[in-house]
Amino acid sequence: MSLDWIPYLIGAVVGVPAALILYIIGADWLIRRLPDRLQPRLRPWVWVVPALILVAALLIYPMIATAWISLLSKDGTRFVGLANFGSVLTDNSVLIAIRNNIYWLVFYTGLVLVFGLILAVLADRVPYEGPVKSLIFMPMAISFVAAGVIWRFMFSYQPPGQPQTGTLNAIWTSVFQQSPVAWLIDHRVNNFALIFAAVWVWTGFAMVITSAALKGIPPELLEAARVDGATELQVFFRVTVPLLAPTLTVIGTTLVIFALKAFDLVYVMTGGFYDTDVMARRMYGEMFNNQNFGTSAAIAMLLLLAVVPVLIFNLRRFQFQEAIR
Amino acid sequence: MNSSRLGRLFSVTVLFSLLIAACGPSASSSGGKHLDVIATWSGDEQKSFLAMVKPWEDRTGNKIDFESSRDVNALLTTRIQGGNPPDLAGLPGPGQMAQFAKQGKLVALESAVDMSAMNSQYGQNWVKLGTVNGKLVGIFIKASIKGLIYYDPKNITSTGVDFSTPPKTWDELMTDVNTIRQKSGQTPWCIGVENGAASGWPATDWVKDFFLRQAGPTKYETWGAAQEPWNSPEMKTAWQTFGSVVNNPNLTYGGKNYVLSTSFMTAFDPMFQSPPKCYLHHQASFITSFFQHDFPNLQPQTDFNFFGFPDINSQYSGAQVVAGDLFGMFKDSPQARDFIKYLTTPDAQKIWVKRGGAISPNKQVTLDNYPDSQSKQAAKLLLAASPPEFDAGDLQDNALQTAFFQGIVQYIGNPSQLDAILNHLEQLRTSGA
Repeated sequence: MSLDWIPYLIGAVVGVPAALILYIIGADWLIRRLPDRLQPRLRPWVWVVPALILVAALLIYPMIATAWISLLSKDGTRFVGLANFGSVLTDNSVLIAIRNNIYWLVFYTGLVLVFGLILAVLADRVPYEGPVKSLIFMPMAISFVAAGVIWRFMFSYQPPGQPQTGTLNAIWTSVFQQSPVAWLIDHRVNNFALIFAAVWVWTGFAMVITSAALKGIPPELLEAARVDGATELQVFFRVTVPLLAPTLTVIGTTLVIFALKAFDLVYVMTGGFYDTDVMARRMYGEMFNNQNFGTSAAIAMLLLLAVVPVLIFNLRRFQFQEAIR
Repeated sequence: MNSSRLGRLFSVTVLFSLLIAACGPSASSSGGKHLDVIATWSGDEQKSFLAMVKPWEDRTGNKIDFESSRDVNALLTTRIQGGNPPDLAGLPGPGQMAQFAKQGKLVALESAVDMSAMNSQYGQNWVKLGTVNGKLVGIFIKASIKGLIYYDPKNITSTGVDFSTPPKTWDELMTDVNTIRQKSGQTPWCIGVENGAASGWPATDWVKDFFLRQAGPTKYETWGAAQEPWNSPEMKTAWQTFGSVVNNPNLTYGGKNYVLSTSFMTAFDPMFQSPPKCYLHHQASFITSFFQHDFPNLQPQTDFNFFGFPDINSQYSGAQVVAGDLFGMFKDSPQARDFIKYLTTPDAQKIWVKRGGAISPNKQVTLDNYPDSQSKQAAKLLLAASPPEFDAGDLQDNALQTAFFQGIVQYIGNPSQLDAILNHLEQLRTSGA
């Protein structure tokens, strides 16, 4: 194994911070030589510019480049206008991918939020809260790829009458006495099987954050509601949930973005076959398998468009919170 | 901060950049050159390739840094786009090779290899398949015979069927298949098509075998050149003939759910269980190393044997689907040229052949190099194939091939969609994908 890269690593670790320090000191030295009234106006910009350059290089430039590529032919040599979008949006398999992303959006986001909330509220009421929460949070430590491999085993299928090696089918055939289900292949269940594996990974995340917010609710409020004669369910829906709403929105928007860029689980578990494809997997396939850069970029732009409303919503909420502060 | 401290900081930075500049290029010059090589081979196949590489490394003092990936295409695309291609790579297939060649990414090999030796030692087809726009850009380092039908002789005998003279025609085979089913009460065929992003390919091999023997070599070649309509009646018949096997739960073990969810690497397992759950397995010649991986005690001839795919239309008798592993050069260097030249020699190819699992496309690798009578038989089939027809799927560009895989998976799941699937493939072909 060659060790050529070590000097570069040292250069990056030492050189980049050194260059930044030099830049700031140098720029400040220049600013201090300017007239006094200009200084406070310029200084913030000096500090922000490195970050702006990074954002421009890593986000804005790729975005514009992608938009441009999406208007080019397959090999990137001819301008074809919106033809890529036309062919993508009339391709039945892409429409299935869009439908699946909507499934992910609704069920993945919804289930993670609901499970997270229920588990947080329930865990709050038992003495062994710590261990329970740790257990549920644990899958978060596993990558989606590893989770995909695990769940492939869980969902594995053998013909009826054979020993079922998959956990789910083993339970399904022995406890419920049903014939085995090909969870990842049967069109009626496979998308939900994938989504369920993702929910398993992410529920812990929603639970931990919801739980933290729950601890922030003053007990007097709940007490007051109970004294006024509210049932536990009423307390939960009328007091707890509204107070948790901002937290749930934050988790929700994170999950929505995650649902839109779902890729790893699908890639590992079904490869997008059997009508389980999603947009991000399709984008990868067009790019890396088919070398169809135009189509791939067009799908990327569609995904970007889908994320924009979420971004706007997030920004609005952010501004709103700043305003009431 | 005063200017003397600034000056010190500055000189430290300069010193570091000098250090980097000094260390950078000199570090790699010790010993021979390292060549980056990427290919799909893993496990036993990787060991065999490295065994093939070893004598060259010993002779030249250079070193091969081998990287295995099951998604070679994605890896190559990324590295080529990033301006950092490997020196050499095993290419996914002639179709993909042509795409890389047209992008100008592959180095022409005429001046690297010994062309006169290539032309005399390799069959003409093998050289032609590695050539794009008149330039040789890929060489075959091993080959396989597709569409062989494997069976366990002991189990077959117990059903009263005799394969010592293999069935000559598909109809004869189907008669035997029905006998097996009645005598054993089991499904005769084991089929499994799962293989990650390439799921479906084992099923496309069936379609190729049917199409070649039903529609004939000429049509087959037109198909390989992407000139044959996918929705032609001949194509539909080939798919439907496959459907008559795979979609018949009396003939295929476990039904469509088993076929779709089982990896081609383990699909044959029920054939070797006791009692067996199936009796026949259709696969390319490389599958024997997978047999012996799952069941290390299996012996060729006594525990598994094969016969070639039978004829359908006697007019096209002898035609045979073959495939092979291509190697190409992305970064030109004297060492890489020397390496690729070495790979084309019979001495290099003998190494893999002797280790099993490969047939050499080089005619100077004689039959006595093959480790057992079965691999000899497969090598003979390759030499005798008239004509040897290269895998028509591997000849397509990647988008079409992937769509072929996806199409057949969809067909197995839902045979009623056949027309829609074929029309979609045809649309992809004509849109100049």
